[in-house]
Amino acid sequence: MIDVSNLSKSFGNTKAIDGLSFQVQPGQITGFLGPNGSGKSTTMRIIMGLDWPDAGQALINGRPFAKLTNPLYEVGALLDARAFHGGRSAYNHLLYLAQSNHIPPKRVDEVLELVGLSSVARKKAGTFSMGMGQRLGIASALLGDPGILLFDEPVNGLDPEGILWVRNFLKSLASQGRTVLVSSHLMSEMALTADSVVVIGRGRLIDSAPIDQFIGRSTQSFVIVKTPDSSSLQDILRQNGASVKARDDGSLEVTNMNCPQVGELAASNSLVLHELYLHEPSLESAYMELTQEDVEFQSVISTQAVHASN
Amino acid sequence: MTTTTITSNSSNTDSKQASSAFPDLLRSEWTKFRSVKSSLWSLIVANGITIVLSVVICQAIVSRWNQRPLAERLIFDPTARSLTGIFLAQLAIGVLGVLVITSEYSSGTIRATFTARPQRNLVLAAKAIVFAVVTFITCLIAILIAFAVGQAIFTQVGAGASITSPGVLRSIIGSTLYLTVGGLLALGLGTLVRHTAGGITCFVGMILVLPGIVNALPSPWSYDIGKFLPSEAGLVVTSVVRDGAGHLLGPWTGFLVFCAWAAVALVLAGWTLHRRDA
Repeated sequence: MIDVSNLSKSFGNTKAIDGLSFQVQPGQITGFLGPNGSGKSTTMRIIMGLDWPDAGQALINGRPFAKLTNPLYEVGALLDARAFHGGRSAYNHLLYLAQSNHIPPKRVDEVLELVGLSSVARKKAGTFSMGMGQRLGIASALLGDPGILLFDEPVNGLDPEGILWVRNFLKSLASQGRTVLVSSHLMSEMALTADSVVVIGRGRLIDSAPIDQFIGRSTQSFVIVKTPDSSSLQDILRQNGASVKARDDGSLEVTNMNCPQVGELAASNSLVLHELYLHEPSLESAYMELTQEDVEFQSVISTQAVHASN
Repeated sequence: MTTTTITSNSSNTDSKQASSAFPDLLRSEWTKFRSVKSSLWSLIVANGITIVLSVVICQAIVSRWNQRPLAERLIFDPTARSLTGIFLAQLAIGVLGVLVITSEYSSGTIRATFTARPQRNLVLAAKAIVFAVVTFITCLIAILIAFAVGQAIFTQVGAGASITSPGVLRSIIGSTLYLTVGGLLALGLGTLVRHTAGGITCFVGMILVLPGIVNALPSPWSYDIGKFLPSEAGLVVTSVVRDGAGHLLGPWTGFLVFCAWAAVALVLAGWTLHRRDA
């Protein structure tokens, strides 16, 4: 388990992280979401002991990272795709990491096999493509077979095949009972991968919840209903406490009421329905709505676009 | 790869941790050192220069031997002359000392290293030991070859020294130690600066430029300060015949001063390494 409590970190006058607390649970993929510059990478770097927090702490299985002697057995991380020397072979890169934690060299061959780099293990890592670099980073995270894994933007720059591979790989890691924290700014990708989300903006926690709960908090959840007798249905729904908005295509947007209630009201008033369904917001629109005030560099156009799409 | 193997793994490590920590790091740093080309090339250049310059300089001296005034022949130091190459070799070793740490920063390897081993000072210590041992062994071999070749050339004019002559062995070991400790000074500077070009500039500045500047001071100061500078203090141990009219420190005193420079650089490096974000 990862336990971040009251974490703060400033770079000069900029508060990168401001009193951030959250926990990451085992057995599921936790998506770590936030706009650019919201502090995701800094938080992960603090968890992995690379940056020092000004206040608060991040604990790995109850201990700060700096107190771990052979940390690869407990936590593995892919923080950036290019954390290796271009002139060193993939095998030697993994070997030196393994040796530093008393991991037997045969494990190096195992993780190379696992990420599909065995055939290029002796080649200079500098010749690797973006995707191969990501795989090498993932291999180094897996060296100690750790129970906790952190991935910072693991699908960045990957082709569709690579993205699919990473997605399935993360899912298999979580299904083995591991704690998996994945940061991304690709909402569509996270919607497919994550079970829970930790959403931050400007270094502060916005929400930490299972993904469907997070989406449910969006105001963008409503019932769409279409009937030939629109005005009658509007009146009936309003009398029963729903808020109703007529849409350009003649359908109605109903909030404060669910599909069965709308359907039953229509039936008891003998109104014909042509359409009745629940409009569920995407992770993306829920995320946009909840992080709107926290985007660091917001342009006028993008704000308008968000409103228009809503 | 199930939850059970994870738990058994972590319990295994607890028992392993205390006993195997530092040797593991040495092994790891050795793998790192030997697996990049720059290590090999720096050592080849440094030691090649030591040997080649020995041949060139000694041959040149011998060819002009008869024109040499008697007074000069009397204070002639065949050992030091055969090891002239170390002046150039120290730059190659210094560059390597800087590179073994700054290449980790420039490539991003340092983040992989520190996420595998958060005890940064131990990492630096292991790196220093591996670098020092490899440098010492390879430079000692090159210096012995340079000495043997040089003396073989000097025997043509009957000026060769024997390894058993007074001060010769000290000069040979001293020259090797000078290169090694100079490399450690460079490693310390590289760790402080975290940038290849900056680290090399600092090293060259301290070794080559600083003496020139201090030399420009008026006379008692230039000697009194000059003899404590890294290269001035460190080089005394490399020659058999003492010159400099008593303005220099004794061979081993000078060497200790040189070691102190390197130690200060490494301690400062370790201190900042621990405090700064990686």
